[in-house]
Amino acid sequence: MKDNDDAGPLEESSPVSPIVTVSDLELAYGPIPVLEDVSFAVDRGEFVGLVGPNGAGKTTLLRALTGAIEPATGGVRIDGTDITNCRSRTSSRLVSVVPQDTSLSFSFDVRTVVEMGRHPHRSRFAPPSAVDRRHVRRALERTRTAQFADRAIDAVSGGERQRVLFARAIAQDTPLMVLDEPTASLDVNHRIETLELARELVDDGRTIVAAIHDLELAARYCDRLCLLANGTLQADGNPADVVTASTLASAFDAEAVVGRNPVTGTPTVTAFGAAGDDEGDEPDESALAEAHVHIVGTGSFTTGLLARLEGAAGRVSVGPAPEGGIVTEHATRRGLECVQTEAFGPVTAGDRTDVASLCEAADAVVLADVTLTAGNQLLLESLESVAPVVAVDRRPLEERLQAGDEAAARYRAAVDRQVDQSGDGMVHMWARLRQVLLEVSSESPVGPASGALDSRGREPAKREAETPSEKRADPSTDDEPSSKAGTNPDRSLEQRQND
Amino acid sequence: MSRPGRVGAWSLALSVLLVAVIIGSAALGPVRIDPLTVAKAMANVLVVPWGFEWSALTLPVLERTVPHPGVGTRPVFGFDVPDTHQTIVGDVRLPRIALAATVGFGLAAAGTVMQGFFRNPLADPSIIGVSSGAAAGAVAAIAFPALIPFASLHLSAFVGAIVTAFLVYAIATEGGRTPVATLLLAGVAVQAFLGAMISYMLVHSGENLREAVIWMMGHLLGTNWGDVAFALPFALVGVAILGTYTRDLNVLLLGEEEAHQLGVDVERTKLLLLVLASIVTAAGVAVAGVIGFVGLVVPHMMRLVVGPDHRILLPTSALAGASFLVVTDTVARAGPAEVPVGIVTAALGAPFFLYLLKRREVHSL
Repeated sequence: MKDNDDAGPLEESSPVSPIVTVSDLELAYGPIPVLEDVSFAVDRGEFVGLVGPNGAGKTTLLRALTGAIEPATGGVRIDGTDITNCRSRTSSRLVSVVPQDTSLSFSFDVRTVVEMGRHPHRSRFAPPSAVDRRHVRRALERTRTAQFADRAIDAVSGGERQRVLFARAIAQDTPLMVLDEPTASLDVNHRIETLELARELVDDGRTIVAAIHDLELAARYCDRLCLLANGTLQADGNPADVVTASTLASAFDAEAVVGRNPVTGTPTVTAFGAAGDDEGDEPDESALAEAHVHIVGTGSFTTGLLARLEGAAGRVSVGPAPEGGIVTEHATRRGLECVQTEAFGPVTAGDRTDVASLCEAADAVVLADVTLTAGNQLLLESLESVAPVVAVDRRPLEERLQAGDEAAARYRAAVDRQVDQSGDGMVHMWARLRQVLLEVSSESPVGPASGALDSRGREPAKREAETPSEKRADPSTDDEPSSKAGTNPDRSLEQRQND
Repeated sequence: MSRPGRVGAWSLALSVLLVAVIIGSAALGPVRIDPLTVAKAMANVLVVPWGFEWSALTLPVLERTVPHPGVGTRPVFGFDVPDTHQTIVGDVRLPRIALAATVGFGLAAAGTVMQGFFRNPLADPSIIGVSSGAAAGAVAAIAFPALIPFASLHLSAFVGAIVTAFLVYAIATEGGRTPVATLLLAGVAVQAFLGAMISYMLVHSGENLREAVIWMMGHLLGTNWGDVAFALPFALVGVAILGTYTRDLNVLLLGEEEAHQLGVDVERTKLLLLVLASIVTAAGVAVAGVIGFVGLVVPHMMRLVVGPDHRILLPTSALAGASFLVVTDTVARAGPAEVPVGIVTAALGAPFFLYLLKRREVHSL
């Protein structure tokens, strides 16, 4: 009965075969199918993240990996063993689990909880062996839980508790570790800490499969991501290949901008709401489809506009935008025309000419919460003679003004300019453009632009026919007192999912 | 202190307490005997088997007044104690005290297991209907002796308890799984049904009504060494086996899925714990009647003192339960008027439990 093999998770297994083999797996809760046609293999030493929207079956798949639920068809083999049809003593020596939140409302001390990880290896009658004690001690040190090993588990913080559960799984000394949303209830630094720990364990040769809510963190720490959505495995591969705007759009039903984290170089995700939910059919959706829209602006708000207009307008260009910034990144990734300026450098005359020519070619120019600097002032001059300009503002003009009254005057002149009303197509194009802009603005929390657009955007076609000058959404001329700056237009996926 | 050290220290302390309580209890009664004489008389009761024919069921200690043929015994000590005192202690008080200790030991251990098993602070040894089954069996034997002519009261109660436990388990089991919540509800329903049966039998029990009611209150009146010989093996062996499952009980507290992930064969372990706890309970209830509150209060008291780890909790609860029932039975026996001990355990236990509830955290396991 006594079986205290000293071998680490790697030493006892052959390095060739995959540690996890999932073949044609179909999982169901009673008559309700959850996942079907799922096949993948996990190699030793891999850190695989399961991502996907809520209800996609991430936890269900993990439970199948632990043998807790029986597949309707197909099978799961861990290290060559059919995990569903083996005894708990066998399966618990193959897979250890770090649960999302355990029902540890009992005041076991931390050491006792970690010792429970040795349960599968211990005989009923013998006291813990030297091997057991060494595994427990190492696990406590590894997770930096040794210093509070004698405290009660219900008296430590959430992050510490998570580390204790990690320690228990480490003490269990299994070839595969399964983490079920290990970061779900933690704040940001504990999330990082938890995933760093998981990463270290993988670097030491363990294999981890983890359901991770946060796409950016999953992309940052995992070697590989499996995207579960719509009842099946939708994508499987490198994080950069899985976390793309198009896969996310189909999996999460969200329009997302995938950028790159400037520090870690891993993908970042910014979502803007459900894809293809353009309900307003008053303005003709196709009205904008042929149009060329140029956007002037920087930052995440501009990127959001860019992402949305890309789907709505025929051609979208942007600039000037600093090299390496989020706008440039996005434009490059999506293959959009972008006038790039040197990072941290001034907008050169050449840049201005490029922007002016794009604006001239465009059917409409959007000023996205532009900050009025000296460089932009010159830019505004060149806008005076070109296509109709619409401003989408998130801050009052005063807060964006860095270049004196003359710049403000220029700005007002640019957006107040009478627009040539030639033809019905133009009217519809405007209506549609404003609708899109309104949608983007209203998806973010209270902002001046949304208010301004809202007050005029209700029945755009009718109003335009009466008073052409009103069709410009220019809140800088009628700032509302409540229009405070600092609202973040971005809504991360996570927030959406927690709603 | 290390955990094995703590278990040892606590067990030793509680064993000393138990011995002290037993001596004190044997000294009290209508005839007061000084503790030294009591200790001597108790020592005189100890015998060792002499001759090798003794059967497996007979214990090598405590066998004196009912010698079985073929079992030769010889007293270990020969202290000089007046005959009357020796008789009072050895033949009258000690069997009753020993049975109280045995029943308290078993009920408290079974209560600890049931509370851990059900993860429910309200669980007691009878939660799946063991006591109701025993009561039904006992009342049937008392009220309609003609119906069950072949079985003794003890056996009738014991069989009733075990049959009920298995019935509840069978009802709650579906497809090889026994959800704890279903088990609990099935237990409640079966208890209600048996309650109705018992009431019916009581109504028609005629002159046996008083005896049946007294039995159901739980009493240790007229105990002889035979009662002890019936209950003690079940209690000792049952609790000893339960003692090897304390680590599994700890892991089961985390929930069944996590227990499975940590290598506990959940369904098999549940069945085994349930069977053992039920047998231990049934053996105690069969000889002593339905003594409430010991199995509920004592585990909670000990959990406050030693914590939730069953490796310490189970032995300490069992020993404390033995002392608790010896003390309460002394009150029942030597108090102002002889009453069934079940009345005393509830009357003392409930206020004490409420006190603990208000003072400290008996809100969960």
